[in-house]
Amino acid sequence: MPDLRELYQQVILDHHKKPRNCRRPEHANKHADGFNPLCGDKITVFIQIEDGIVRDIAFQGSGCAISTASASMMTESLKGKSETEVARIFESFHNLVTGKTPAEADTTGLGKLAVFSGVREYPVRVKCATLAWHTMRAALQGSEETVATE
Amino acid sequence: MKIKGEILPREERPELDVQSIRADFPALRQLVYGKPLVYLDNAATSQKPQRVIDALVGFYTNDCSNVHRGVHLLSERATRAYEDTRAKVKCFINASDEKEIVFVRGTTEGINLVAQSYARPRLQPGDEILISAMEHHSNIVPWQIICGEKDARLRIIPMNDRGELKLDEYGALLGPRTRLVSVAHVSNALGTVNPVRRIIELAHERSIPVLLDGAQAVPHMRVDVAQLDCDFYAFSGHKMYGPTGVGILYGKQRLLEAMPPYQGGGDMISSVTFEKTTYNRLPYKFEAGTPNIAAGIALGAAIDFLQDIGMDRIAAYEHGVLRYATEAFAGIPGVRLIGTAKEKAGVLSFVVDGVHPHDVGTILDQEGIAIRTGHHCAQPVMDFFNLPATARASLALYNTCEEIDALVAGIRKVTEVFS
Repeated sequence: MPDLRELYQQVILDHHKKPRNCRRPEHANKHADGFNPLCGDKITVFIQIEDGIVRDIAFQGSGCAISTASASMMTESLKGKSETEVARIFESFHNLVTGKTPAEADTTGLGKLAVFSGVREYPVRVKCATLAWHTMRAALQGSEETVATE
Repeated sequence: MKIKGEILPREERPELDVQSIRADFPALRQLVYGKPLVYLDNAATSQKPQRVIDALVGFYTNDCSNVHRGVHLLSERATRAYEDTRAKVKCFINASDEKEIVFVRGTTEGINLVAQSYARPRLQPGDEILISAMEHHSNIVPWQIICGEKDARLRIIPMNDRGELKLDEYGALLGPRTRLVSVAHVSNALGTVNPVRRIIELAHERSIPVLLDGAQAVPHMRVDVAQLDCDFYAFSGHKMYGPTGVGILYGKQRLLEAMPPYQGGGDMISSVTFEKTTYNRLPYKFEAGTPNIAAGIALGAAIDFLQDIGMDRIAAYEHGVLRYATEAFAGIPGVRLIGTAKEKAGVLSFVVDGVHPHDVGTILDQEGIAIRTGHHCAQPVMDFFNLPATARASLALYNTCEEIDALVAGIRKVTEVFS
């Protein structure tokens, strides 16, 4: 039986209550909208990218604890990263929450994001954890369409 | 004065031998994460009693054959059992003739049938269809489709903050261009029991027909289409302890007779040449193709099950559990009910301060408690209350006050995790 404390770790609850970078940055030059029709989560991710480096990243929206914390921690982990690094972190995070990475694998490369490893035990919640990330990727790719996780 | 959330003394509890009813439902015997299943997602679909499961298995084991076709014994048995259900439905909702009972896949198909076969040929540009602010998407989208096609207007009966329709404004919306009124008998997202008798009277004063979406009403109360005088009534088998894939559209014979077929195919014809097809008589005119025979037969078993207990007893019992739950909810800090109409049935939609319904659902699931979270296919209702979603516990006749206590304890756990 999955342990609820694995899913709702303190750091996740903290980011849910006090989301970081929850704002609309003045100099953003990329943005995209995401929507999870299953639970009604809505998010907009804003990115200021210069010379292939994420100078600023922020989000606005409403969602559950998992999706809000994921968005908040994503912004913290991607600021200052190059597009190549962003793609690599996206891949590692996605593998982590979808269970493609073995549970015992080394997640040090993900830093704090490793707290989301508990999500893999809750298949219906994976989309909550990945909504911000898919939306971020759509923003970087300049997609006009709303990202839907269904 | 009773303390909120405490178990009611026995003499105050609603009367029904719930334990023996529960014993009839195999699914209710299971453990979920090592805890007894508390199934409170009945507005989505109800569990099935043994006799419904037996009817499904019995058909495929002994009687499997097509209906209305074969000369052989199996087909005769299948046809008889399938048509028996039609007769049972007729009595169950007090229709005047079996011709008025059309088998469909579910409420959604019933509404689409009326939209396509009744409304579509009649609608002129500028005509109006009237629905309410608390409709399920299945009673919004079919009307949007034909209104878009015919340049007609979809108009909305507003509701108040308790989730009750504003009848005065409804009266004012009924006009010379109104061609049909289509409203929920009971709201799936709020539990409101709408004053459908009055809604129908007002529409009939202007000779406007009324369709009721009865998906959430039929499992919880006696429905009498003659007494309601509704023109159409649609409901689903799977929310009333029957199988998925079968539902009923009731329509007044006079209206059904005048409507063109919904789909073409086998069973809905009396003769076909390449030049001309003569349609079958009612209700077969609307039943093209091989139906879900097993589900149709098993729906008859579900009706027997309900009638053996009695709809009035079911309504009284569930009302008692709903009242108990409503009082218990009032005693949990930070919890707010969405939908507080005076007349309600079966549904407790709620939000927990600072906690998204999806998180509520996950934590309750770990306690073995199954509820629904989300917009309940009623996004306009969520927008009205300015919420992205709610958590919804919905009742069936097998739910108990002890299960409500488990739900309340589960919600307290939610607030602990997020404190």
